[in-house]
Amino acid sequence: MKISITVNGTEQDADVEPRTLLVYFLREHLGLKGTNVGCDTTSCGACTVLLDGESVKSCTVLAVQADGGEVTTIEGLATDAGLHPVQQAFHENHALQCGYCTPGFVMASVSLLKENPNPSEEEIRLGLEGNLCRCTGYHNILKAVQAAARAGA
Amino acid sequence: MIPAAFDYARAASIDEAIELLGREDSKVLAGGHSLLPLLKLRFARPSLLVDIGRLDDLRYVREDGDRIGIGALSRHADLALDPILAQGCGLLARTAGNVGDPQVRHRGTIGGSVAHSDPASDVATILLTLDADFVAHGPDGERTIPAADFFTGPFETALGPQELLTEIVVPKVEGGRYLKHVRRQQDWATVAVAAVRLNGDVHVGLAAMGATPLRARAVEQAVAGGAAPADAAAHAAEGAEPPSDFAGSAEYRAHLAQVLTRQALEQI
Repeated sequence: MKISITVNGTEQDADVEPRTLLVYFLREHLGLKGTNVGCDTTSCGACTVLLDGESVKSCTVLAVQADGGEVTTIEGLATDAGLHPVQQAFHENHALQCGYCTPGFVMASVSLLKENPNPSEEEIRLGLEGNLCRCTGYHNILKAVQAAARAGA
Repeated sequence: MIPAAFDYARAASIDEAIELLGREDSKVLAGGHSLLPLLKLRFARPSLLVDIGRLDDLRYVREDGDRIGIGALSRHADLALDPILAQGCGLLARTAGNVGDPQVRHRGTIGGSVAHSDPASDVATILLTLDADFVAHGPDGERTIPAADFFTGPFETALGPQELLTEIVVPKVEGGRYLKHVRRQQDWATVAVAAVRLNGDVHVGLAAMGATPLRARAVEQAVAGGAAPADAAAHAAEGAEPPSDFAGSAEYRAHLAQVLTRQALEQI
């Protein structure tokens, strides 16, 4: 089926099988390997991207469902001026260890701060409950999101 | 995991969706957050997915006297923040805000959730407890299915193969509690209990205590007869056939149902 999705600001036209998951469209059709596949069961959040501005788990969205929509991946955050404030905050607060969950955490954090620019600690923890980190990095992730909120991300 | 191949059609209207559902082995796709996991595990292998995700007319919350109509495509995230629902049926709004996680709530819909008919579903248990009405459209027109008749088995409902759930109607109600025991934050309920006062009666519903969400009728009758919460709650598992699985044995679930029912009755 022919689809057209705007990914990181660029319109992408493609002919995909209806069963193509959005995450595989991003990784394999477009070569955007920043979005990781973790659990593949809507649990871990590693594959989180923004669809029309909101966080979604791209392992549980069909590419055909995103037809006509706008997707932002981790590759779409930084600009020529530098890292996105959430990326910068993750960097400065050492909010990652192995890094596998990080693209998903960053995208979920961007979505959270868009919906709630000044979240409390509890609101951050609940807002990121759909993302798992197995290096036990939650404490520094929390600090990073608080720092990004202060920076006006 | 990749689903088995299927055909895909995007419905532009309710009527077109009904027509498309006339094809054998077709399934409705709304937000996909119950269906896609089944497709990936190949528990479901439909030949055609009828995507109703663009039927924006089915996304609404409307007051109608002492009842509230909810479009079947309303997402959990929409319901969690809806001012009409927060005011008129806060129990459902709060429950919608606790489904899954933010990403799931951005995609999952109330209609998809109940049509999927998981016996452990939070939203389905609340709707059964509230005696909600389910409005369906099919080739023969519109009909309303009471909640007591809607959930017919695990992953089965009273909806016909060519019927589309379009609206859910709930009564306005104040207060109410939904107490859920989970092993981990995002797990399905091991057991959950809903309790609410409605038109002078106490309604009690149970999740994950049988093949469908259940009403704890024996508890309701005991409360109506003047029993104290602890005494009424002793009847919580009567008539239920809870499963035994990794989350807990049938005996443990029966115990949990009694504990949570007592707590819920004490808190409403």
